[in-house]
Amino acid sequence: MLDVPADRPALREVHEALTGRFPDSVLAGSFEKGELAETIRAEDLLPVLRFLRSEHGFNCLDDLIVLDNVRLPEAPAKRFSVLYQLYRFPGDVRVRLVVDVGEDEPLDSVVPIYRSADWAEREAFDMFGLRFRGHPDLRRVYLPDDFDGYPLRKDFPLEGKGDGL
Amino acid sequence: MSDPQPKHPFILTRADHFITWAQKNSLWPFGSGLACCAIEMIATAAARFDIARFGMELFRASPRQADLFIVAGTVTNKMAPIIRRLWEQMPDPKWAVAMGNCAVCGGPFPTYAVLQGVDKIIPVDVYIAGCPPTPQGLLHGLMTLQAKVARSRPTKEILNPDARRTR
Amino acid sequence: MAFKDIELNMGPQHPSTHGVLRLKLTVDNEVVLKVEPVIGYLHRGMEKLWENLTYTQIVPLTDRLDYLAALSNNLAFALTVEKLAGIEVPKRGRYIRIVLAELQRLASHLAWAGFMANDIGAMSVLLYGFEAREDILDVFEEYIGARLTVHGIRIGGVPRDLDEALVSRIRGVLSGIPRRLKDIRALLDENRIWKQRTVGIGLISAAEALDFGLTGPALRASGVNWDLRKSIPYSSYDEMDFDVPLGSRGDVYDRYLVRMAEIEQSIRIVNQALDKLPPGEFMAKVPRVLKIAPGQVFQTIEAPKGVLGFTIKSNGTDKPERVKMKSPSFINLQSLEHMCRGNLFSDVVGILGSMDIVLGEIDK
Repeated sequence: MLDVPADRPALREVHEALTGRFPDSVLAGSFEKGELAETIRAEDLLPVLRFLRSEHGFNCLDDLIVLDNVRLPEAPAKRFSVLYQLYRFPGDVRVRLVVDVGEDEPLDSVVPIYRSADWAEREAFDMFGLRFRGHPDLRRVYLPDDFDGYPLRKDFPLEGKGDGL
Repeated sequence: MSDPQPKHPFILTRADHFITWAQKNSLWPFGSGLACCAIEMIATAAARFDIARFGMELFRASPRQADLFIVAGTVTNKMAPIIRRLWEQMPDPKWAVAMGNCAVCGGPFPTYAVLQGVDKIIPVDVYIAGCPPTPQGLLHGLMTLQAKVARSRPTKEILNPDARRTR
Repeated sequence: MAFKDIELNMGPQHPSTHGVLRLKLTVDNEVVLKVEPVIGYLHRGMEKLWENLTYTQIVPLTDRLDYLAALSNNLAFALTVEKLAGIEVPKRGRYIRIVLAELQRLASHLAWAGFMANDIGAMSVLLYGFEAREDILDVFEEYIGARLTVHGIRIGGVPRDLDEALVSRIRGVLSGIPRRLKDIRALLDENRIWKQRTVGIGLISAAEALDFGLTGPALRASGVNWDLRKSIPYSSYDEMDFDVPLGSRGDVYDRYLVRMAEIEQSIRIVNQALDKLPPGEFMAKVPRVLKIAPGQVFQTIEAPKGVLGFTIKSNGTDKPERVKMKSPSFINLQSLEHMCRGNLFSDVVGILGSMDIVLGEIDK
């Protein structure tokens, strides 16, 4: 059980509510540099987000970040980690949800819950090749549709493949 | 200096002088403002640096009405075919200026998405370095282009259309 | 012959799209049905490039993101690195950062006012706005040597001190801006043509704006009181006294008024910061080669365009493992379709202008 310091009562309350309602879904929690992060199972992503949004007021998805863990020394089983940075407006309470997902596993799209995730998920698909089930229009957002490869993966070279044009 | 320059008839030289004087003092830019350099290009066109004193205040929105293509900013691989098409849409005589490090050589971005220099797709007359070049830098580059225009031989192109390719 | 559902292409080369943005419009006669923005024409691969550079080398590249407000990007990145590495910026450094960031906000809003008015047809305002902006850029040039891609905020503080000469120069510039602002407002605020083109156009309600993730002045124009400088203050903004201007209807006119009012508030903040400038160090002791132990943070600021943030994951070396930028314009642009639907397609330019997007930030 993670020990959130007493001077952050709101975060403590969120952590306790989450671990109380979804005891099997929350795999790990961490509180570092003033930020609360909870690792949850991929299949419970939508219920957890719905819970946090409707019952704990996290009405904003600040950012959706994807990490490629393939080069890390501890080489985890699942290649990618998808981070959902949630924010409760008004106020200053923030929570980060971490979902680990393998290379060819699709993840549920959170667009039904947070509309601002639309292009963020397209960007994740464009840069990493992650697929999102239920996304209204999953296609590349930055690169041309016929681009070969997923640039932000660690095994993609910086200069690109081929001559570029 | 090995061979002397071929003799050009006096009347054609005078005509060249007149035509290039008119051309260089009324270049109409087609401002292809792509990134940060575009802001400095607009600042050059604004009141303090006043590109109008060079006759270039009329930035055309359509390439068909312009004769100077200022590529201001990073040209990405996605944008490259469009830049090429815009260049081809411009009627002759036309000149191109690569403004800023990104247009000159890809700038600080040696990545998969950036074209390493716009001269890979269009012929560039003047390269202006800087990230972004200050308005004074852009004006210096444009004055260099004016000097280049003054040296060109439009009558040769009028009398012999094939000469256009070897300008 | 029916004229329903014509598809129009706007951009990527267009004088009013504020950069290389392509809009695919579907219109019914002249009423907009659908707007699909196509971006990526300025995608430079910055996030990939940053994984190959040291933290100090990344700071000047952040200038090129939102190139109209370079110092905000520097500030956001520097704050994130400092949070990750546990670097404490001395108080004088934090106050100088406030001065620079607010001057940059002034420059950004003045340029925005010029561009937006120019798009709608009031070209004089472009010249007035840019002339006022030139004074501020002169200050940056005197401070650190660059006008646009300033790189004037570094990791650990600021690179140079604000001496007496520079402080009095800044005060002189600030005393000249209200006159220019008055000129611009006299031309636009009660102008019948301006109001016909902006009032009631591009409406978005507060609830919809929050749902779309809209941030910044466009959100405040819909009446939502969200300003990170007040709710999650950074860099000693909690010691400054200023108001947050709000709109009510959420149309283009309100967004214009909110930004004009923000200009006045920024002048107020800079004067306060200069009055209260504490003595002392302006740069923390940061090692030449900055190696950060493994960790991850997310830090945001209130940039002129909205909420700008960075997530940085470090891996013990001097280069980051991953840097992700939360770009306000990227998220704001998603609400363009909602704002444009039902309006005439000639209003698309005004609505796009009022959102104040920068393609460098959208495309990274």
